[in-house]
Amino acid sequence: MASKKTPEINGGSMADISFLMLIFFLMVSTMDSEQGLARRLPPMPDKNAKVEDIKVNRRNILEVKINSRDAVFAGSEYISDVSQLDQIVIDFLTNPTNNEKLSAKKEREIEGFGTYPVSEGVISLQNDRSTHYEIYLEVQNALVRAINTIRDDFAMQHFGKKYAALGEDQQKIVRTAIPQNISEAEPKDVSKKK
Amino acid sequence: MAKFIRKGKDEGMPAISTASLPDIVFMILMFFMVSVSMRKTDRMVQVKLPEASETAKLERKELASYIYIGAPTKQYQNQFGTDTRIQLNDSYKTVNDIRDFVAAEREARSEVDRELMTISLNVDEGTLMGIVTDVKQELRRCSALKIMYAARPAGK
Repeated sequence: MASKKTPEINGGSMADISFLMLIFFLMVSTMDSEQGLARRLPPMPDKNAKVEDIKVNRRNILEVKINSRDAVFAGSEYISDVSQLDQIVIDFLTNPTNNEKLSAKKEREIEGFGTYPVSEGVISLQNDRSTHYEIYLEVQNALVRAINTIRDDFAMQHFGKKYAALGEDQQKIVRTAIPQNISEAEPKDVSKKK
Repeated sequence: MAKFIRKGKDEGMPAISTASLPDIVFMILMFFMVSVSMRKTDRMVQVKLPEASETAKLERKELASYIYIGAPTKQYQNQFGTDTRIQLNDSYKTVNDIRDFVAAEREARSEVDRELMTISLNVDEGTLMGIVTDVKQELRRCSALKIMYAARPAGK
Protein backbone atom coordinates (compact mmCIF):
# COMPACT_ATOMS: atom_id res chain seq x y z
CA MET A 1 0.00 0.00 0.00
CA ALA A 2 1.20 3.48 -0.80
CA SER A 3 0.27 4.89 2.56
CA LYS A 4 2.50 2.45 4.30
CA LYS A 5 5.57 3.88 2.60
CA THR A 6 5.29 7.44 3.90
CA PRO A 7 6.69 7.29 7.43
CA GLU A 8 4.95 9.29 10.10
CA ILE A 9 6.78 12.45 11.18
CA ASN A 10 7.93 12.15 14.70
CA GLY A 11 6.22 14.79 16.79
CA GLY A 12 8.26 14.19 19.88
CA SER A 13 10.50 17.19 19.40
CA MET A 14 7.60 19.58 18.94
CA ALA A 15 7.58 20.26 22.66
CA ASP A 16 11.26 21.21 22.59
CA ILE A 17 10.77 23.55 19.68
CA SER A 18 7.86 25.31 21.29
CA PHE A 19 9.77 25.59 24.56
CA LEU A 20 12.55 27.30 22.67
CA MET A 21 10.10 29.78 21.20
CA LEU A 22 8.57 30.38 24.60
CA ILE A 23 11.97 31.17 26.09
CA PHE A 24 12.77 33.46 23.18
CA PHE A 25 9.61 35.45 23.81
CA LEU A 26 10.30 35.64 27.50
CA MET A 27 13.68 37.15 26.76
CA VAL A 28 12.67 39.81 24.27
CA SER A 29 9.52 41.05 25.91
CA THR A 30 8.68 43.15 28.91
CA MET A 31 5.95 42.28 31.31
CA ASP A 32 5.58 45.58 33.13
CA SER A 33 2.16 47.03 32.70
CA GLU A 34 2.61 50.74 32.44
CA GLN A 35 1.03 52.67 35.21
CA GLY A 36 1.40 56.15 36.47
CA LEU A 37 -0.18 59.43 37.41
CA ALA A 38 -1.71 61.16 34.43
CA ARG A 39 -1.44 64.92 34.34
CA ARG A 40 -2.23 67.71 31.97
CA LEU A 41 0.34 70.46 31.76
CA PRO A 42 -0.95 74.00 31.46
CA PRO A 43 -0.37 75.47 28.00
CA MET A 44 2.52 77.86 27.61
CA PRO A 45 1.32 81.43 27.94
CA ASP A 46 1.31 83.29 24.66
CA LYS A 47 4.22 85.69 24.38
CA ASN A 48 2.12 88.41 22.79
CA ALA A 49 -0.70 88.14 25.24
CA LYS A 50 -0.58 90.46 28.17
CA VAL A 51 0.29 88.85 31.40
CA GLU A 52 -2.98 88.83 33.15
CA ASP A 53 -2.93 87.40 36.57
CA ILE A 54 -6.17 85.70 37.21
CA LYS A 55 -7.14 87.05 40.54
CA VAL A 56 -7.71 84.11 42.75
CA ASN A 57 -8.71 84.80 46.26
CA ARG A 58 -5.92 84.04 48.70
CA ARG A 59 -8.09 81.69 50.66
CA ASN A 60 -8.67 79.53 47.60
CA ILE A 61 -5.05 78.58 47.16
CA LEU A 62 -3.33 75.89 49.14
CA GLU A 63 0.37 76.19 48.55
CA VAL A 64 2.27 72.97 48.84
CA LYS A 65 6.00 73.51 48.73
CA ILE A 66 8.88 71.11 48.68
CA ASN A 67 12.24 72.66 49.37
CA SER A 68 15.71 71.54 48.37
CA ARG A 69 16.01 69.38 51.47
CA ASP A 70 12.84 67.49 50.57
CA ALA A 71 10.88 69.07 53.41
CA VAL A 72 7.20 69.51 52.61
CA PHE A 73 5.18 72.56 53.60
CA ALA A 74 1.47 73.13 53.26
CA GLY A 75 0.80 76.82 53.53
CA SER A 76 3.37 77.75 56.14
CA GLU A 77 3.00 74.56 58.10
CA TYR A 78 5.79 72.01 58.09
CA ILE A 79 4.66 68.48 57.25
CA SER A 80 6.86 65.82 58.74
CA ASP A 81 5.03 62.92 57.12
CA VAL A 82 3.45 63.13 53.68
CA SER A 83 0.46 61.08 54.81
CA GLN A 84 -0.63 64.04 56.94
CA LEU A 85 -1.08 66.01 53.76
CA ASP A 86 -4.20 64.01 52.86
CA GLN A 87 -6.21 65.35 55.74
CA ILE A 88 -5.09 68.92 55.17
CA VAL A 89 -6.11 68.74 51.51
CA ILE A 90 -9.44 67.11 52.36
CA ASP A 91 -10.20 69.77 54.97
CA PHE A 92 -9.14 72.51 52.60
CA LEU A 93 -11.31 71.33 49.72
CA THR A 94 -14.42 70.17 51.54
CA ASN A 95 -14.36 72.86 54.23
CA PRO A 96 -17.21 71.32 56.23
CA THR A 97 -17.38 74.14 58.79
CA ASN A 98 -17.26 76.94 56.20
CA ASN A 99 -14.09 78.26 57.72
CA GLU A 100 -13.11 81.71 56.45
CA LYS A 101 -9.53 80.64 55.88
CA LEU A 102 -10.27 77.55 53.81
CA SER A 103 -11.51 77.37 50.23
CA ALA A 104 -14.75 79.04 49.21
CA LYS A 105 -17.62 77.18 47.60
CA LYS A 106 -19.83 78.27 44.80
CA GLU A 107 -23.22 76.82 43.96
CA ARG A 108 -23.00 75.36 40.52
CA GLU A 109 -25.52 73.68 38.29
CA ILE A 110 -24.37 70.21 37.34
CA GLU A 111 -26.11 68.60 34.41
CA GLY A 112 -28.14 65.60 35.46
CA PHE A 113 -27.61 66.18 39.15
CA GLY A 114 -28.70 69.61 40.32
CA THR A 115 -26.85 72.30 42.16
CA TYR A 116 -23.92 71.50 44.34
CA PRO A 117 -21.51 73.76 46.21
CA VAL A 118 -18.34 73.20 44.21
CA SER A 119 -15.13 74.08 45.94
CA GLU A 120 -13.06 76.72 44.24
CA GLY A 121 -9.87 75.62 45.89
CA VAL A 122 -6.70 75.20 43.88
CA ILE A 123 -3.68 73.31 45.09
CA SER A 124 -0.51 74.91 43.93
CA LEU A 125 2.49 72.64 43.96
CA GLN A 126 5.90 74.25 44.02
CA ASN A 127 9.24 72.60 44.14
CA ASP A 128 12.88 73.46 44.13
CA ARG A 129 15.31 72.46 41.43
CA SER A 130 17.13 70.18 43.81
CA THR A 131 14.06 68.47 45.19
CA HIS A 132 14.23 64.74 44.67
CA TYR A 133 11.79 63.26 42.20
CA GLU A 134 10.82 60.54 44.65
CA ILE A 135 9.40 62.97 47.20
CA TYR A 136 7.81 65.05 44.45
CA LEU A 137 5.87 62.09 43.19
CA GLU A 138 4.98 61.06 46.71
CA VAL A 139 3.37 64.46 47.25
CA GLN A 140 1.63 64.28 43.86
CA ASN A 141 0.34 60.88 44.85
CA ALA A 142 -0.90 62.17 48.22
CA LEU A 143 -2.82 64.97 46.49
CA VAL A 144 -4.49 62.55 44.12
CA ARG A 145 -5.24 60.21 47.00
CA ALA A 146 -6.93 63.00 48.94
CA ILE A 147 -9.07 64.00 45.98
CA ASN A 148 -9.96 60.38 45.30
CA THR A 149 -11.05 60.04 48.92
CA ILE A 150 -13.37 63.03 48.58
CA ARG A 151 -14.74 61.66 45.32
CA ASP A 152 -15.36 58.28 46.90
CA ASP A 153 -17.19 59.92 49.80
CA PHE A 154 -19.30 61.97 47.43
CA ALA A 155 -20.09 58.94 45.29
CA MET A 156 -20.98 56.86 48.34
CA GLN A 157 -23.27 59.57 49.63
CA HIS A 158 -25.18 60.24 46.43
CA PHE A 159 -24.95 57.05 44.43
CA GLY A 160 -24.20 54.45 47.07
CA LYS A 161 -21.14 53.19 45.24
CA LYS A 162 -17.47 53.96 45.09
CA TYR A 163 -16.28 56.30 42.36
CA ALA A 164 -14.58 53.56 40.37
CA ALA A 165 -17.76 51.46 40.32
CA LEU A 166 -19.92 54.21 38.83
CA GLY A 167 -20.95 54.52 35.22
CA GLU A 168 -19.45 56.99 32.80
CA ASP A 169 -22.15 59.64 33.27
CA GLN A 170 -22.09 59.48 37.03
CA GLN A 171 -18.32 59.66 37.09
CA LYS A 172 -18.56 62.81 35.05
CA ILE A 173 -20.93 64.31 37.62
CA VAL A 174 -18.53 63.44 40.42
CA ARG A 175 -15.63 64.88 38.50
CA THR A 176 -17.52 68.13 37.97
CA ALA A 177 -18.55 68.33 41.60
CA ILE A 178 -15.06 67.64 42.88
CA PRO A 179 -12.57 68.92 40.33
CA GLN A 180 -8.93 68.01 40.51
CA ASN A 181 -7.31 71.40 40.49
CA ILE A 182 -3.63 70.85 40.92
CA SER A 183 -1.56 73.60 39.43
CA GLU A 184 2.09 73.08 38.79
CA ALA A 185 3.18 76.65 38.86
CA GLU A 186 6.03 78.10 36.89
CA PRO A 187 9.18 76.71 38.38
CA LYS A 188 10.96 78.85 40.86
CA ASP A 189 13.70 78.28 43.29
CA VAL A 190 12.05 78.16 46.63
CA SER A 191 15.34 78.14 48.46
CA LYS A 192 16.89 81.14 46.72
CA LYS A 193 13.99 83.35 47.57
CA LYS A 194 14.68 83.06 51.24
CA MET B 1 5.05 -16.62 43.42
CA ALA B 2 7.78 -15.45 41.10
CA LYS B 3 5.42 -15.64 38.24
CA PHE B 4 3.06 -13.26 39.92
CA ILE B 5 5.77 -10.74 40.69
CA ARG B 6 7.07 -10.70 37.15
CA LYS B 7 3.62 -10.22 35.86
CA GLY B 8 3.18 -7.17 38.05
CA LYS B 9 6.50 -5.76 36.84
CA ASP B 10 5.57 -6.18 33.24
CA GLU B 11 2.41 -4.18 33.55
CA GLY B 12 4.15 -1.48 35.56
CA MET B 13 2.84 2.08 35.46
CA PRO B 14 1.57 3.07 32.08
CA ALA B 15 3.69 5.86 30.59
CA ILE B 16 2.06 9.25 30.74
CA SER B 17 1.35 10.38 27.25
CA THR B 18 3.30 13.49 26.34
CA ALA B 19 1.54 13.93 23.06
CA SER B 20 -0.37 16.94 24.37
CA LEU B 21 2.73 18.65 25.78
CA PRO B 22 3.38 20.68 22.62
CA ASP B 23 -0.18 21.92 22.72
CA ILE B 24 0.18 23.01 26.31
CA VAL B 25 3.45 24.80 25.66
CA PHE B 26 1.98 26.47 22.60
CA MET B 27 -0.86 27.71 24.70
CA ILE B 28 1.54 29.27 27.20
CA LEU B 29 3.42 30.75 24.27
CA MET B 30 0.25 32.28 22.87
CA PHE B 31 -0.60 33.72 26.26
CA PHE B 32 2.78 35.40 26.48
CA MET B 33 2.63 36.74 22.96
CA VAL B 34 -0.72 38.35 23.62
CA SER B 35 -0.13 39.72 27.10
CA VAL B 36 3.34 41.09 26.64
CA SER B 37 4.72 44.07 24.84
CA MET B 38 7.94 43.97 22.92
CA ARG B 39 10.95 45.72 24.28
CA LYS B 40 11.44 48.49 21.79
CA THR B 41 14.52 50.29 22.95
CA ASP B 42 17.54 49.34 24.95
CA ARG B 43 17.60 51.09 28.26
CA MET B 44 20.67 53.23 28.54
CA VAL B 45 19.76 54.82 31.84
CA GLN B 46 18.95 53.25 35.15
CA VAL B 47 15.40 53.96 36.10
CA LYS B 48 13.96 52.85 39.38
CA LEU B 49 10.45 54.20 39.37
CA PRO B 50 9.06 55.70 42.56
CA GLU B 51 6.11 54.08 44.25
CA ALA B 52 2.60 55.48 44.08
CA SER B 53 -0.72 54.09 45.25
CA GLU B 54 -3.11 56.04 43.04
CA THR B 55 -1.78 54.97 39.70
CA ALA B 56 -3.96 54.64 36.65
CA LYS B 57 -3.24 52.40 33.73
CA LEU B 58 -1.98 53.83 30.50
CA GLU B 59 -5.00 53.43 28.30
CA ARG B 60 -3.55 53.07 24.85
CA LYS B 61 0.02 52.00 24.72
CA GLU B 62 0.47 52.76 21.04
CA LEU B 63 -0.16 56.43 21.77
CA ALA B 64 2.56 56.70 24.36
CA SER B 65 6.04 58.06 23.81
CA TYR B 66 8.69 57.51 26.38
CA ILE B 67 11.28 59.76 27.90
CA TYR B 68 13.75 58.16 30.27
CA ILE B 69 15.68 60.21 32.77
CA GLY B 70 18.32 58.81 35.08
CA ALA B 71 21.98 57.97 35.49
CA PRO B 72 23.63 55.99 32.66
CA THR B 73 23.76 52.24 33.13
CA LYS B 74 27.03 50.61 34.19
CA GLN B 75 28.22 49.80 30.69
CA TYR B 76 28.02 53.44 29.63
CA GLN B 77 29.38 54.98 32.79
CA ASN B 78 33.00 54.92 31.58
CA GLN B 79 32.03 56.97 28.61
CA PHE B 80 29.33 59.24 29.95
CA GLY B 81 29.88 59.42 33.69
CA THR B 82 27.16 59.12 36.26
CA ASP B 83 25.42 62.43 35.73
CA THR B 84 21.70 62.32 35.09
CA ARG B 85 20.91 61.96 31.41
CA ILE B 86 17.86 62.04 29.19
CA GLN B 87 17.30 59.12 26.88
CA LEU B 88 15.13 59.54 23.81
CA ASN B 89 14.79 56.55 21.51
CA ASP B 90 18.22 54.96 21.49
CA SER B 91 20.64 57.64 22.53
CA TYR B 92 21.41 60.26 25.11
CA LYS B 93 19.91 63.60 24.27
CA THR B 94 19.63 67.02 25.79
CA VAL B 95 16.57 69.04 26.64
CA ASN B 96 16.87 70.88 23.32
CA ASP B 97 16.33 67.66 21.38
CA ILE B 98 12.93 67.08 22.90
CA ARG B 99 11.30 69.40 20.39
CA ASP B 100 12.44 67.25 17.47
CA PHE B 101 11.55 64.10 19.32
CA VAL B 102 8.01 65.26 20.01
CA ALA B 103 7.61 66.41 16.41
CA ALA B 104 8.79 63.05 15.10
CA GLU B 105 6.55 61.13 17.48
CA ARG B 106 3.57 63.25 16.42
CA GLU B 107 4.34 62.63 12.80
CA ALA B 108 4.30 58.89 13.40
CA ARG B 109 0.74 58.95 14.73
CA SER B 110 -2.37 59.19 12.67
CA GLU B 111 -4.00 62.58 12.54
CA VAL B 112 -6.86 61.59 14.79
CA ASP B 113 -4.60 60.33 17.53
CA ARG B 114 -2.17 63.23 17.70
CA GLU B 115 -4.18 65.06 20.30
CA LEU B 116 -4.27 61.97 22.48
CA MET B 117 -0.56 61.34 22.43
CA THR B 118 0.78 60.87 25.92
CA ILE B 119 4.35 61.42 26.97
CA SER B 120 5.31 58.94 29.63
CA LEU B 121 8.03 60.27 31.89
CA ASN B 122 10.09 57.43 33.29
CA VAL B 123 12.20 59.20 35.84
CA ASP B 124 14.49 57.61 38.36
CA GLU B 125 13.45 58.32 41.93
CA GLY B 126 16.83 59.82 42.81
CA THR B 127 16.68 62.43 40.07
CA LEU B 128 16.67 66.07 41.05
CA MET B 129 13.61 68.02 39.95
CA GLY B 130 15.63 70.61 38.03
CA ILE B 131 16.03 68.45 34.95
CA VAL B 132 12.46 67.19 35.20
CA THR B 133 11.19 70.75 35.33
CA ASP B 134 13.27 71.63 32.27
CA VAL B 135 11.78 68.70 30.38
CA LYS B 136 8.28 69.69 31.46
CA GLN B 137 8.80 73.28 30.35
CA GLU B 138 10.10 72.09 27.00
CA LEU B 139 7.08 69.83 26.59
CA ARG B 140 4.80 72.75 27.30
CA ARG B 141 6.62 74.75 24.65
CA CYS B 142 5.98 71.96 22.13
CA SER B 143 2.39 71.79 23.43
CA ALA B 144 2.67 68.12 24.27
CA LEU B 145 0.53 68.62 27.33
CA LYS B 146 -0.66 65.13 28.10
CA ILE B 147 1.95 63.56 30.29
CA MET B 148 2.15 60.71 32.70
CA TYR B 149 4.51 60.26 35.58
CA ALA B 150 5.29 56.58 35.39
CA ALA B 151 5.24 54.91 38.77
CA ARG B 152 5.38 51.54 40.40
CA PRO B 153 2.03 50.51 41.87
CA ALA B 154 2.45 50.31 45.62
CA GLY B 155 2.18 47.03 47.44
CA LYS B 156 3.28 44.91 44.53
